Amino acid sequence: MTRVVITGIGVIAPSGIGADQHWKSILAGELNVRRISAFDPTPYTTTIAGQVDGFDVTDQVDPRLVVQTDRWTWMSLAATQLALDDARYNPADHSPYATSVALAAGSGGNEFGQREMTGLYSKGPRAVGAYQSIAWFYAASTGQSSIRHGTKGPASVLVTEGAGGLDSLGHARRVVRRGTTAVIGGGTEAPLSPYALTCYGSSGRLTTSDDPRAGYKPFDKQANGYAPGEGGAVLLVEDLRTAVKRGSPQIYGEIAGYAATHDAYDPNAPAPDATHMARAMNLAIADAGLTAEDIDLVIADGAGVAELDALEASALRRVFGDRIGSVPVTAPQGFVGRLNAGGSALSVATALLAIREGVAPAVGNLDQPNPAYGLDLVRVPRELDLDVVLINARGFGGFNSSMVLRKVTAADLEDVAEEAIS
Amino acid sequence: MNSSRRVVVTGVGVVAPGGVGKQAFWNLLTEGRTATRRISHFDPARFRSQIAAEADFDPLASGLTPQEIYRNDRFIQFAMVAADEAVADSGLDLRSGTGVDHNRLAISVGSAVGATMRLEDEYVNVSNHGRDWLVDPAYGSKFLYNSLIPSSAATELAVRFHAHGPASVMSTGCTSGIDAVGYGTQLIQDGDADVVIAGASDAPISPISVACFDTIRATSARNDDPEHASRPFDATRDGFVMGEGGAVMVLEEYTSARARGAHIYCEIGGFANRCNAFHMTGLRPDGVEMSAAIDAALGQAKIDPTAVDYVNAHGSGTKQNDRHETAAVKRSLGAHAYDISMSSIKSMVGHSLGAIGSIELVACSLAIEHGVVPPTANLENRDAECDLDYVPKIAREMPVDVVVSVGSGFGGFQSAIVLAKSEVAA
Repeated sequence: MTRVVITGIGVIAPSGIGADQHWKSILAGELNVRRISAFDPTPYTTTIAGQVDGFDVTDQVDPRLVVQTDRWTWMSLAATQLALDDARYNPADHSPYATSVALAAGSGGNEFGQREMTGLYSKGPRAVGAYQSIAWFYAASTGQSSIRHGTKGPASVLVTEGAGGLDSLGHARRVVRRGTTAVIGGGTEAPLSPYALTCYGSSGRLTTSDDPRAGYKPFDKQANGYAPGEGGAVLLVEDLRTAVKRGSPQIYGEIAGYAATHDAYDPNAPAPDATHMARAMNLAIADAGLTAEDIDLVIADGAGVAELDALEASALRRVFGDRIGSVPVTAPQGFVGRLNAGGSALSVATALLAIREGVAPAVGNLDQPNPAYGLDLVRVPRELDLDVVLINARGFGGFNSSMVLRKVTAADLEDVAEEAIS
Repeated sequence: MNSSRRVVVTGVGVVAPGGVGKQAFWNLLTEGRTATRRISHFDPARFRSQIAAEADFDPLASGLTPQEIYRNDRFIQFAMVAADEAVADSGLDLRSGTGVDHNRLAISVGSAVGATMRLEDEYVNVSNHGRDWLVDPAYGSKFLYNSLIPSSAATELAVRFHAHGPASVMSTGCTSGIDAVGYGTQLIQDGDADVVIAGASDAPISPISVACFDTIRATSARNDDPEHASRPFDATRDGFVMGEGGAVMVLEEYTSARARGAHIYCEIGGFANRCNAFHMTGLRPDGVEMSAAIDAALGQAKIDPTAVDYVNAHGSGTKQNDRHETAAVKRSLGAHAYDISMSSIKSMVGHSLGAIGSIELVACSLAIEHGVVPPTANLENRDAECDLDYVPKIAREMPVDVVVSVGSGFGGFQSAIVLAKSEVAA
């Protein structure tokens, strides 16, 4: 079976622009959830969020394209460029059919859509601009990235709320195995506009705290809902052989295993038990040809909702059994907020950086770990030999996805080189 | 990829303009009637295009509970009703939770614009009719978040059929309906699922959607003659007519479908999608990328282009689309392009954005089943650059063993899928 690896990381997140800023920020334990600044958030369920400061889209995207697209797409375009630059991969150097785009979406072009509806209802149909039809819909970021980089390979846009980032990368692996050697995967999200935030509020899962320290607190005794956030990550996924052959500057890790399940219980309530979340983890680990013993670190979904945190802890106990107390579990997203489809893509970026640096970042904004969970939560960055990392992500409604990332060793690369010679 | 796992269609369901259910749908198509009319969902007087193909849909009468109706946008309601019909048609007992290995039952739903109708209705309430940028959450409904995230469609179907396998919404604009079925096919081929409830749904007939296509003049303004407004390949066509609806297919791994004695409509021989990487809404006239998708899909099916009997066209009725895909089909099929029948059911049921790809696949399955090709209604005088046999106005009885269905959408997406009578595919 074709081995599929990640060779480029592009991060646009509240923790920073670019993988290095992101990594330094979460290692330093900076809390990047703050009062919403784009508008007065007082009327809304939550007034705090993870916001991307210092993101000037016009530095990165042609102004003509900026007016045609929502902030969510700006972030996708910028993160895609970062990932390609990081991997030193220019799609123009290859057959246009050798590259494709598979970005997840969660909620589409929110601010753009609200603005156009405002025009429609306050001024009339003629106030709706020419770009509404291409900016609001969920395929906008994938379509624009494909056009910008000239990629003609199979495109996709998977939508599974917070699990979307993992699902898009799982599918990217499928696309590579089916013969497209490079896939741009991951995703971003931009929900910090009044109407989208109103919609988020109805989910019943947001923190109502005005104090960022008291807000989104995964696995904490005081967990009381999540703070939304904007941004995410885009990753370049490649066939290991072609990545080696073209001399990719780095290979961060292999997508060794992936699986998705659904609770299929209730569209709005959490599952009664952790059966299907545990099953996603077990399937992903088996898909990697590994066992739970091999997992060195878990980057959890970390919902920050007490009931959901308890379910994830229960799922982890099912998977790791008696070993659970000695498996490091982290959720750095507590530092940045929950980024919907962008969040699970960002978890993948974080995992790859952790493997490279040999450091597990801490759970974000954790003060009092809930002892009932029995987890080895990472409280301060911990140096670890990380060969295999398991990532969990859930989507509202019952989506469970898990991915296993494995370090690519020098021996792996020798195997590929030998294969190429013979 | 485990290419030995073959995928067949064992159930179909549809909610389309002109009637709910596969029988009403097939009657409309084979009689060549059109379901396009003046918009009744809202007063369209202020809009350039005032026509659409609307579904006469009563969710209660179609078996949904008041809670399901209250919680879900119309596009999800379509998907649920179409899925109920498809599952019943397949003979699988899925709602009891005992029908199959439910851990290997997957959901793949396509949608281009999700719950746009509900989002717009609720926006009007919370914004005081567009007056307030800082909208007031007090006027929003309890299930507003379910509408913001189109993934709710996959969730509803997963819950409905106790599907604990992978579930997702595929949202690639107007190719969503093909891509969602293609994705479901890949899940079975790759061993990630044994049965997939796959399809697509969209309910875009609302002021914001009509306005956004008005402004780019993509839709027909033949307001004085709505029944004849959707005119694919005709020289007088002036854009597409928006539609709505949903369609669902039950996909199964071939040997297990055979083992349980299922009725098999057809086999999904191949699926491929490509991008033109050219323009979000524009198409180059040569059709190279759509042709590449057709070639790849036929290649997977190991079917020679000369074996194709019927091409279900994207046939939206815009000037550039119909020329673009005519060129693509000629590029892939060569001289054989002039021998095949090619038609667009959008002439009758309109263009329901992401849903239509799956609605068309149900039509293709029925075409194979009955040996009848639906016509292109309203085709009086071919565009000079559209010189293939588009089956004008009258359905055609003929053996239909191999079908190619194509789609093209905003974002530059081009998709093709091959359906074949199951004994024909290798």
